[in-house]
Amino acid sequence: MVAEDALRLRPRAAKRHRVSVIGIIGELFISAGVLVLLFLGWQLWLNDLVVGNQQNKQASQLSQSWGKNEASAPVGPQRPDPGAPVVGVAPANAVSFATLIVPRFGADYQRPIAEGIGVVDVLNGRIGHYPGTQMPGAVGNVAIAGHRTTWGAPFTAINELQVGDSIYIETPDGWYKYIFRSLEFVQPTGVGVLDAVPQSPSTAPTDRLLTITSCNPKFSAAERFVAYSVFDTWYPRAGGAPAEIAGLTQAKAAG
Amino acid sequence: MYGALWRVLPGAVWLKLLILLILLVAVLAACVTWVFPWAQEYVFPQDVTVTQ
Repeated sequence: MVAEDALRLRPRAAKRHRVSVIGIIGELFISAGVLVLLFLGWQLWLNDLVVGNQQNKQASQLSQSWGKNEASAPVGPQRPDPGAPVVGVAPANAVSFATLIVPRFGADYQRPIAEGIGVVDVLNGRIGHYPGTQMPGAVGNVAIAGHRTTWGAPFTAINELQVGDSIYIETPDGWYKYIFRSLEFVQPTGVGVLDAVPQSPSTAPTDRLLTITSCNPKFSAAERFVAYSVFDTWYPRAGGAPAEIAGLTQAKAAG
Repeated sequence: MYGALWRVLPGAVWLKLLILLILLVAVLAACVTWVFPWAQEYVFPQDVTVTQ
């Protein structure tokens, strides 16, 4: 009986102590594969979701810190002429000074805009404003940049913009409304899109423009996607938020 | 490798599973906090600005 048990156990005991090099290499490969899949899941989905939500929250808090006037501005001829837009002063590098609101990107879409285009200190968490370009509402060109994929991807849907779409920039002074007009694709060195009159550095500006740059194609840095918008009007904070984005500001007041 | 880990862990099966779960969470947390943010700079080029 005892001898029988010993016989039965012997092969198992021998197996336990055998170290297989191939087996270890195999397990390492499997682990590496799982790690790569986890990384892709994090990079393309989880981190995007987390950072995107953070950006929305951050923008909402910024907007709240600028005042509680959540009333909608009257629409149409009842609205008093707001006059020439107030233009703020560019803050120090990496300081958030505005939020971007694009109804085409979703009813709850709002993202913070900070001064500077440093990848780690600004772009991996916010939209960046090119230093030296104009501030919102000014005559000339307001140039901003943001990720199209990963890190919250503020401009993931930039290719879905349609001519006539509104793009709002909110600052402590109020809401600046721009109307999307056209697209351009340039080389990564195509700094002409940042000119006060894009691609025409020697021309004196008369229009108020907004230029958004992002990468193209998605997941690549081969080209730059450029979206131009033209200033339409502005809404001083005292007069209330534009009706089109009132849902956002009211949700903000409730939450 | 994993077989050796299983044999090294002390206690009953439920305790081994618990320790493995804690280890797994620790490894995942380290990946998300340090490894993945470091690696992503090299995997996806993410230049979104125009520069000279």
